[in-house]
Formats: sequence, structure tokens, C-alpha cells
Amino acid sequence: MRSEPRVPVRLQEQEGGWPRAAVETVRREWLIAFRNRQDLMNPLVFFVLIVSLFPLGVSPEPEFLRQAGPGIVWVAALLSILLSLNLLFRNDYADGHLEQWVLSPQPLALLALARVAAVWVTTVLPLVLLVPVLAVMLHLSPGTGLVLVLTLLVGTPVLVLVGAIGAALTVSLRGSGVLLVLIMTPFYVPVLIFGTGAVTAAVEGASITGHLALLGAMLSLAVVLAPLAIAGALRISVSNG
Amino acid sequence: MTSTLLEARQIHCERDDRPLFSGLDFRVGSGELWRIAGPNGVGKTTLLRILAGLNPAFEGELLWQGEPVHRVRTQYQANLLFLGHNAGVSSSLTAYENLAGWQAMRTPAVPEQVMAALADAGLSGYEDLPAAQLSAGQQRRVALARLYLSSAPLWILDEAFTAVDREAVAQLEALLANRVRAGGAVILTTHHRLALEGVQVLTLGEGYDAV
Repeated sequence: MRSEPRVPVRLQEQEGGWPRAAVETVRREWLIAFRNRQDLMNPLVFFVLIVSLFPLGVSPEPEFLRQAGPGIVWVAALLSILLSLNLLFRNDYADGHLEQWVLSPQPLALLALARVAAVWVTTVLPLVLLVPVLAVMLHLSPGTGLVLVLTLLVGTPVLVLVGAIGAALTVSLRGSGVLLVLIMTPFYVPVLIFGTGAVTAAVEGASITGHLALLGAMLSLAVVLAPLAIAGALRISVSNG
Repeated sequence: MTSTLLEARQIHCERDDRPLFSGLDFRVGSGELWRIAGPNGVGKTTLLRILAGLNPAFEGELLWQGEPVHRVRTQYQANLLFLGHNAGVSSSLTAYENLAGWQAMRTPAVPEQVMAALADAGLSGYEDLPAAQLSAGQQRRVALARLYLSSAPLWILDEAFTAVDREAVAQLEALLANRVRAGGAVILTTHHRLALEGVQVLTLGEGYDAV
């Protein structure tokens, strides 16, 4: 090892560089996701399995599936997000990266938002893209399938943002999986209700704008407030280390 | 000329209702090397994490250039390099990606500088290997390579010499000595015998021989 320093000691006065740090956060997340791409398959397979087992387990009648289909897809999406979120910060906590991340001289909430956005793209977006295929399997009309995709596009970011708060809070605890699910489920219920509500309205030919507007309001709130909560929760978890 | 960088006033910390340390007062100025000494479990790591701003569960004041650390947090963190027990080397990324990513969170990462820092840390030829395939000592070197990229005036190193070979420890000590001479400040814990002069020792725990 070299014993001469390379960089002179310099007092850093100005702040900034958060766009670069946010891009780096996203890049790292995607790089790691790509290296461990088999892990990305887990929630996807889980999602498809739940949706495809329902017709087998309950009833393959088109009439039943048309009615229950949107709910099944929503519940399956919710559960697979809940399961994958448990791992969101786990490795980073174990190898100490989380500590360095919290100590980087950047606004942590912004980094958290970038991180959650990156995670949504890698773990949830593929799942939403599969929905049109599943909609055909569940005998949903193309219009209903479209509304279903739309509600998932607005609703699932809320689930990930809110779930990330729980993941950040519980990352330093052992056996936190069940705890996370118990904490998060109550917060997921409203999203589920308005998500499926919109699709049901579309099936019945009613207007969906009301439901969508409420989902949109939840998303706006979550985008603004959840990153702050995630940052706070991460600081608490790191201080336990 | 030494100017005070970090000042601790009456630091008191308890764990499980048992006081770890109390009434700690010290000033770390530029050009000083501090070693926190004491037996296992006395709270050395806890103290370093308090100093790094990671652990807010303490009483007393922590000042960075005269300002409370919690108020100038971003500025403090821009001037701090902290290496903990787990240094944040991700096993699915290569040595290069780990170091370049760490750098990009602070200042723009220049590929040549990152490669040079890895070479400085004795990792030539291992740059593109996933950290999972490196030995424990080499993974530690990936983390230690940050020392060659950091302009931060304050380094806090918690057991930084773990797992690296004896030759590397000697060179790291020389690096720290050079760094301190250049006006940096270093706070560290180690169970190695430091072959450095002018080390200020802060001993935690009663009757511990800090040599």
C-alpha cells in the first residue's frame, strides 16, 4: 500500500452535487439488481402464481373471474411488493453500505426517493407489464385491463414508498419480516380499496376519475412525505448498529 | 498552527442503563492523531459512532468548527471520512464499482483517480473482480482505498487495520503520519501497536494500560 496521500487535505465549504449522488444511487441499485437478476424473478413468479392459481382453486367460470379478477391482481401485486420490500435495505445494512450512504453529504430524503424509484422500476414495473396478459387469462375486457394497469401504475408507487418506510424502520431488527407485514398492511388497505374500486367502477360503466384522483392524491402525498420518513427511519436504524 | 476541528464537551453515554463513559472533553485539531484506547466492550466503537454523527443517543455537545454537528450535518459529513467495522463494500459489485460509487456520492469520480487509488491499495489486477471473490483482507483494502481519494480533514477509523497484512499496516501507519503532517486529523481505534509518534491517547475504562 502506498504511504503518500494523493489528495491534499481540503476543507469542503460548498454543498451540492445531489443530482450526481441521486443518479449514482439509481445506477448502483440497477447494477446490483442486474447482477442478482434471479432475485428479481421471485416476486414476479409469486405474482403470476397467485393470479393463475385462483381460477384453479376457486372457479374457472368467466363470470366469476370477470368479477374477482381485478381484486385478485391487486392483492397479488400488493403481497409480492410486501414480500420483496423486506429485502430492500437488508444487504446494504449488513455490509455497512447504508452507514456510508447516510454519511454521504447529500440530502438523504432525496437519495431515498431516487432509491425507491429505482426499486419500483426493477421490481414492480415488470409485474405491471405482465398484467395485460393476466387480464386476458382472467377474461377481463381490454378496457378493464387498461384501467387495471392504470390503477396499478398510480397505486403501486404508493405501496413501495410507504413500504420502504417500514423496511427502513425494521432493517436493524432480526426476524423483521412478519413485523413489517403487520405494520404495513393497514396502510396498504386504502390503496387497495381505491385501486380495485376504480376497476369495479369501470366494469360497471361508471366514471373512474374519482377513484383515480384519490389514488393520485395518495401518490402525491407519499412522494413528498415518505422520503422524509424513510430518511428519518434509516438514521434511527443506522444508530442501532 | 493547529485549529480545532472537532470538539467534544461533556460527552456522556449509557447503554442498557449502564454508563459507558461520561464527562469526556477533548478537542481534535488539524494535524493531530488521536487513538481511543480501552478493553473490549468499553465503548470505543460507540464513541466513534457518536463522533461520526451516526449515534444521536448521547448527552453533551459535539462541535464541528464551533458549530453543533447536528446543525451543520451536511457540511460536517462533507469533511468527514468514517470507516466502520463493516465498511460498505458490496459483494456483488467489483472493487472498481465499489470505490467509484463511493466517490460519486461525494465528488465527481474520475476513473483514472479511482484506478490509481485501487493500485495504491495494492489491488492492481483485481479492479474488475466482484468483491465477493476477494479475500477479507482485499475487501478491507477496497474500503481503505478511499483514504487515497479523500480530501476530508477528519478521518475516523474504527479498527481500520483488521484483516490486512503486517506490511500494509506499516504503510497505512506511514500514510496516517503523512496525512497528519499535511494538516489532517485522524481519530482511530486499533489493537495494533502503533509505531507512530505524537499520538494522543484517550483511554476509556479504569486502569487500562494504553500502550
